Amino acid sequence: MPPFIQTRGLEYAYPLDGRVIRALRGVDLTVERGEFVALIGPNGSGKSTLARHLNALLIPTAGEVWIDGMLTSDPRHLREIRRRVGMVFQNPDNQLVASTVEEEVAFGPENLGIPPEEIRRRVDEALEIVGMTGYRHHPPYMLSGGQKQRIAIAGALAARPDCLVLDEPTSMLDAHGRQQVMETLVRLNREVGLTIVLITQSMEEASLAHRVAVMDGGRIVLEGSPAEVFERAEALRGLGLGLPFAAEMAHRLRGMGIPLPPGLLTVEELARALCTSG
Amino acid sequence: MLLLPGMYMAADSPIHRLDPRAKMGAALVLMVLPFSVQRPLAYLVLIGVVAAVAWLARAPLKPLLRTLRTVFWLAVIMFVFYFFTTPGRPLLTLGEITVTWEGLIAGGLQVYRLCLVVIVAALLTYTTSPLQMTHGLEALLCPLARLGVPVRELGMVMTIALRFVPTFFDEMETLARAQRARGAEIGSGPPWRRLRSLVPVMVPLFVLAFRRAEDLAVAMEARGFRCSPHRTRLYCLSFTRWDGLAVLLVLGLAILVTR
Repeated sequence: MPPFIQTRGLEYAYPLDGRVIRALRGVDLTVERGEFVALIGPNGSGKSTLARHLNALLIPTAGEVWIDGMLTSDPRHLREIRRRVGMVFQNPDNQLVASTVEEEVAFGPENLGIPPEEIRRRVDEALEIVGMTGYRHHPPYMLSGGQKQRIAIAGALAARPDCLVLDEPTSMLDAHGRQQVMETLVRLNREVGLTIVLITQSMEEASLAHRVAVMDGGRIVLEGSPAEVFERAEALRGLGLGLPFAAEMAHRLRGMGIPLPPGLLTVEELARALCTSG
Repeated sequence: MLLLPGMYMAADSPIHRLDPRAKMGAALVLMVLPFSVQRPLAYLVLIGVVAAVAWLARAPLKPLLRTLRTVFWLAVIMFVFYFFTTPGRPLLTLGEITVTWEGLIAGGLQVYRLCLVVIVAALLTYTTSPLQMTHGLEALLCPLARLGVPVRELGMVMTIALRFVPTFFDEMETLARAQRARGAEIGSGPPWRRLRSLVPVMVPLFVLAFRRAEDLAVAMEARGFRCSPHRTRLYCLSFTRWDGLAVLLVLGLAILVTR
């Protein structure tokens, strides 16, 4: 079976004020079915532009994007690609359409022309997965940011996608909201087997992924498991990116001459390593 | 929360349960009837019917009557106009001006009509959620789609507008607070100044609204939105026997009182 997402030499350029902006300059990214990939990088590195190519909101100016064996530049596949790849955006207020939670979740299935009884079943199921069943009749504006994002995730899930692409879904949330959203995502990936592409500013969030891809200047400049990527502290610092707390700590301790194994990402791992090394 | 006269009030009543199409149709008939009846008894019957509907809908009397305040000045102007311009048997003569019995009756009748229309409209909004109203309107306007009127699109526009009303109110408050913190005086002084003081709030509000619109369009597209007959609905409107009965009753009433 081909990988779920494959981009080949993906380039995207658009004119702005008489100049041509080259947002993507040859991106080769492969995401396997069931994988959890985090995309990190400084502002303007092309992360969001890449995300919008993954459900054919943007079509490459050069190169190709394949989703589940379908080429995004072929208009015949548009609807199916958008069904299989659900999107969640940064601002929870700007992506909710309806005035009640259940109508919101029903929006995607309604667009697909699914019969009402089936929509009802999917709405219930999606709300159950994100733990918002009790809020079905609430208007979205009465919910917290984290709850709104979970509704947005439920809305994407109701179309029964194979993959979720999330563009900084936690950046406008408070700590509690972030945790709610990340727990939901990890559960969806581990338990339901959903493929996840997460764009994030948070290195802690990125360290929960199977794989991290670092973007800069419209290219992927670094790619690997979180342990591998976060070993490259200097390279990341050069891009203005930090490390997860535990990795940063380990890095500094090593600098002070304390021997620690590589690939420490969580506080627990760090604590255990310190106990055994001491 | 936004509280206006004529806002929706969730409750479980026979009127709340009616199909929005039946309710809107019946309301329309009830709003036209005060203008087309002739006999004094018919006027009383209409008041009785509207009162009965209000009772069935469990509408609280005070807020319902308070909605009449919104048209108080209009009622006064209409009354004065008819009172002084209708010729007939003189009731009072003050110098050049003569007012007539006919004027008194015609003016009173206008006020009566206006009040009934407002009460019926208020009852409709009290018992029908904005969402149901949108669905009902869309369904009622459906025949116009054949003439090329973008009914489904208008329905979507209404749905989104309703969804964003509270969001914009929140935003407006935030902006007003931000501008006040910078020394702007908002909502004080004579009317002209008060209006002008809204500029620093309205301009950023519009800019933000456009940004929101752009984001929302992308999000809707990502979820496969299209305006087409292939779209389905979570809630389908269902026209039951009760709806049929309600419509028949109102039509029967119309025939009875206009005869």
